[in-house]
Amino acid sequence: MACSAGRVFRCGLSQSSKRLQKVIRSRELDENELRPLYMDFQATTPMDPRVLDAMLPYQVNYYGNPHSRTHAYGWESESAVELARKQVADLIGADPREIIFTSGATESNNISIKGVGRFYKTKKKHVITTQTEHKCVLDSCRALEAEGFHITYLPVKSNGLVDLQQLEESFRPDTSLVSIMTVNNEIGVIQPIKEIGHLCQSRKIFFHTDAAQAAGKIPLDVNDMKIDLMSISGHKIYGPKGVGAVYVRRRPRVRLEPLQSGGGQERGLRSGTVPTPLAVGLGAACEIARQEMKYDEHRVSKLSKRLIDKIMAGLPDVIMNGDPEKRYKGCINLSFAYVEGESLLMALKDVALSSGSACTSASLEPSYVLRAIGTDEDLAHSSIRFGIGRFTTEEEVDYTAEKCILQVKRLREMSPLWEMVQEGIDLKSIKWTQH
Amino acid sequence: MAASSRTQVLSLYRLMLKESKNFPAYNYRTYAIRRVRDAFRENKHVEDPKTIQALLVKARENLLLIQRQVRLFSIPTCMAALYLAALNQISGPISCLQTA
Repeated sequence: MACSAGRVFRCGLSQSSKRLQKVIRSRELDENELRPLYMDFQATTPMDPRVLDAMLPYQVNYYGNPHSRTHAYGWESESAVELARKQVADLIGADPREIIFTSGATESNNISIKGVGRFYKTKKKHVITTQTEHKCVLDSCRALEAEGFHITYLPVKSNGLVDLQQLEESFRPDTSLVSIMTVNNEIGVIQPIKEIGHLCQSRKIFFHTDAAQAAGKIPLDVNDMKIDLMSISGHKIYGPKGVGAVYVRRRPRVRLEPLQSGGGQERGLRSGTVPTPLAVGLGAACEIARQEMKYDEHRVSKLSKRLIDKIMAGLPDVIMNGDPEKRYKGCINLSFAYVEGESLLMALKDVALSSGSACTSASLEPSYVLRAIGTDEDLAHSSIRFGIGRFTTEEEVDYTAEKCILQVKRLREMSPLWEMVQEGIDLKSIKWTQH
Repeated sequence: MAASSRTQVLSLYRLMLKESKNFPAYNYRTYAIRRVRDAFRENKHVEDPKTIQALLVKARENLLLIQRQVRLFSIPTCMAALYLAALNQISGPISCLQTA
């Protein structure tokens, strides 16, 4: 470009781009190296091309603020946001007026737990949750504890499910909220939401569920399951990152103390400009999920069975964590005995997997979810989570299974513990000496 | 009428599969091909002409979508090449602008 405008643009680009290039080069793959297979659909999902197609016009062309009431730019953005709201509501059987757009499931969880807790705190100071919840739920509860609330962290059975009897026993006259996630992000178990919802309704206790991993994958109906609050995440259902929604029941009305103050957008519960392109993306993702749910569920179940059968047939001493029946088939958490999880992950470096959740992957401790279901320490360290989604192919599943079997065999060959087990020694009877 | 809608369906099917094969990303490519094939297979036995027309309309929309997305995804690779080319050409004139 010969014009000065072009040169200035390129000039502004050069400095930061050079630095960025250096950073990218150090962490990116080499010239001809292929990218790993993506098998971590619980951490995040790629955007569906149909979602991107719906979002682009609002990123480029229809850029108005949906809260501008005086001109066409505002009106067209607002109608897009309202359509998206309806699409999200239709996915879960709600009314569009009950959906509030947020920045993600973490914010939705914060709004639900802290909002409801604080609103009713004069009379009700007890909240019930489980030990296997997502970190943001547990941390919100901890924040409430610091404000003088009492929190009951319910234990789970060894299959990962909540004991309804225990839940009922933990109800107190001053319980305001129960928060139990629908599908666990680490072990994939589906909690008995309908039963819990009915139980809570009978005691006039609000029921919040974190449906980030469940919405769009299993059928949900907030009226059928008596759910009062629900968190939805955009990037778990092939939508954009940075957007989510919270469902807040209007009949009977759930009152919340808003977390974010401002211009009163989103019924006053979440002020701030609604990001039109992201909301449109979330709406499109929800609509697609609703249409494709049966097809995806059938396919994911088939691939999941294929992966599990292959691995179990090819290797002994593999344990599936979580209930084998009441689970979302796309989240498979397997523990490979006598193998260390991190070394297996590194050995499988051309498959993108994780052991436990993305939020806890930085720490070296075994996952608290596995500890809650009573997994042995050594098995908790050797667990890998396989995620199967809409875009996974049979070839990817076959490759993952074969590579996994190969690497586990190789790592077991190197393990002295495995040698001892082969000789028939019971590991639990060994007295390890201190050095 | 049935014959012409049959040829329409077949030509749409062929076009959609041809476009789907142009997705640069492996996962999107395989998904598009598979989904198109399964969707047409699922509706193979639909007799009612109104339903057929509605499905054809939807299919045409999806074909346009695939065409748009296929072209869109090819942009980043071209864009990256263009940016790199621009960076490599940095020389005198621009450093003067910086100090000015």
